[in-house]
Amino acid sequence: MSNAMLIDITRCVGCGECTRACIAANDLPEGDDTQLSCARYTVVNEVGNPQASVRQLCMHCVEPTCVSACLVGAFRKTATGAVVYDEEKCIGCRYCMQACPFSVPKYEWSSLAPRIKKCSFCHSRVSQGKLPACVEACPAGASVFGDRNELIREAHHRINENPGEYVDHVYGEHEAGGTSVLFLSAVPFGLLGFPDNLPTEPIPRLSWKILKEIPKYAVVSSLLLFGIHWITARRAYVEKIEHRDSETEELR
Amino acid sequence: MKQAWKRRYSFWSLTAAVLIVIGLVGVIQRYAFGLGETTNLSDRFPWGLWIGFDILVGVGLAAGGFTIAAAVHIFNIERFRPILKPTILTAFLGYLLVIAGLLVDLGKPWAIWHALIYWNTSSVMFEVAWCVMLYTVVLALEFSPVVLERFNLQAPLRVIRAITIPVVVTGVILSTLHQSSLGSLFIIIPGRMHPLWYSTILPFLFLISSIAAGLAMTIVESQLSAKAFGRKIEVPLLADLARVVVVVLATFLAVRVQDLINRDALRFALEPTYQSGLFWVEIVLGTFVPIALLLIPRFRHTANGLFNASVLVLLGFVANRLNTAITSMEQWPDRTYMPSWQEVAITLGLAAVGFALFSAGVRYLNVFGPQEDPGARQRQEVLSQGSRTTSRRTDTVCAEASSHI
Ligand code: SF4
Ligand code: SF4
Ligand code: SF4
Repeated sequence: MSNAMLIDITRCVGCGECTRACIAANDLPEGDDTQLSCARYTVVNEVGNPQASVRQLCMHCVEPTCVSACLVGAFRKTATGAVVYDEEKCIGCRYCMQACPFSVPKYEWSSLAPRIKKCSFCHSRVSQGKLPACVEACPAGASVFGDRNELIREAHHRINENPGEYVDHVYGEHEAGGTSVLFLSAVPFGLLGFPDNLPTEPIPRLSWKILKEIPKYAVVSSLLLFGIHWITARRAYVEKIEHRDSETEELR
Repeated sequence: MKQAWKRRYSFWSLTAAVLIVIGLVGVIQRYAFGLGETTNLSDRFPWGLWIGFDILVGVGLAAGGFTIAAAVHIFNIERFRPILKPTILTAFLGYLLVIAGLLVDLGKPWAIWHALIYWNTSSVMFEVAWCVMLYTVVLALEFSPVVLERFNLQAPLRVIRAITIPVVVTGVILSTLHQSSLGSLFIIIPGRMHPLWYSTILPFLFLISSIAAGLAMTIVESQLSAKAFGRKIEVPLLADLARVVVVVLATFLAVRVQDLINRDALRFALEPTYQSGLFWVEIVLGTFVPIALLLIPRFRHTANGLFNASVLVLLGFVANRLNTAITSMEQWPDRTYMPSWQEVAITLGLAAVGFALFSAGVRYLNVFGPQEDPGARQRQEVLSQGSRTTSRRTDTVCAEASSHI
């Protein structure tokens, strides 16, 4: 079963309980950061006009760009849907930060042995059969957790049952090939700062189209290069001999 | 005269020494206080000058290495042989500096070897890492004869010479893959890059532009070292290279513009933005002007003309790489980036190390001297065999002739 989280922006009251629960569950430093950082895996901010309380966290993409980007495979999409990070493998190239279409991975810039930091979908809690800390803490039922297919059905159900209350779009159903965090909203997502120019094709495929040609390229071009060398070397050799021949002819 | 260049030479040595010392201060600070303290990199801007310049430009300028090696060894264009060794040396040093740059930029440089044991073949960065490693080895092999000759180590020399062609072929493949893969790195960022630079053909664009830049680098570096070591500048040879630069640059320009048209992105170049300004700097300075200048024979056949046009090509190339890595990601006012002094100091320091190592190489190794041609002896044998047959033929002809008389 692949899990997902459905966040209904119309139900969110902006209390910030999810942020506080996340800080406690992950032993993050207290403070009043309002943006995602190495100390905040989720934040809630009033954005847009008309205003809405929007939560941000890792989207746990179905085919995550970060997983495909990391050269040492420090990111992994688990069978339960979480995208988790292994700090032991990471070398700190920060390609994942560039690659993530939602700018989620954050870095411990002030550390001398910096790590990438982001929401883990509460992987260890969920493996123990518990809910993610943020979902458990939500007093308004704005964040819920469950099977991805069921939550997508639920989301469309809410849109259909409440005409006019939502824009007809489940954000994350198709974005970047689909994500495991889904959003419902009354305001178009672009106005709330959600990236609205993402392809529906999973982004890793963009680079895979090129990477998969490498073996073919290597074989074809080495044959070509050896072939050219063979011809030109032979030609130079013949030329030299003929040159010598004509020189001796001339000498006569 | 001699005094004058000596004075100039020591001026540059002093400048390099100062840059290296300041760079070292930057390096010490970076390792002592971490990236956050010493750089202007941030969560909004995780890659900066080091990736944009030390890596992207550094690798690009080394492209002369595979181009000239292929010309001489694969295409048998013997004319280019005199510039082969210095170009290989440039490329080899370039790659060593790229690795040094990486060690500064990586958050956990001591874990760099993880790339050897943890494989993720769907990552472009994985391709980049392996190309850096393998091509550095290939460049070391390609340059090794110069060092082995210096110490007259005949046994390893024979081995290296026997495998020259496979090594060069491997080098061409790795290097072209590496140049293009640096462009592929950005393919995964369709959303955040400015349309003037984001393109799915970036790998191809990176490859062509690196060839032009690599050859321009060869022209510049031949002239600099000719001046520094009081040797004659081989203008006709460099003018030939310049012709190739023109063709490659023109191809690059054509593909670049066609791609902008295909993606309907040319209109962004006409908007009065900071990005479009830098786009024009890159295009006009780095392609239009040098192409126009080098098309004028009078210009192309003078040392100064060649030098100035090549420097423009290099500046345009630097602009292109920095624009791709930095300008294209900037969004006023909340996502901008200016390097810190440490970032600049380390970059300049590494470049100075490159110059210092290059002149040390020229000074102590036979980089420019007469080439000991690996194939020479073999060809000599073939030739003497050939002349033996000819002389035999001459003998019979003579005999026949005499019998007629
Ligand atoms: S949102 Fe970013 S970090 Fe999270 S899974 Fe997707 S690509 Fe990875
Ligand atoms: S920073 Fe670490 S996790 Fe991110 S891509 Fe590089 S090695 Fe992988
Ligand atoms: S799932 Fe866990 S780690 Fe992620 S935001 Fe919620 S509490 Fe934080």
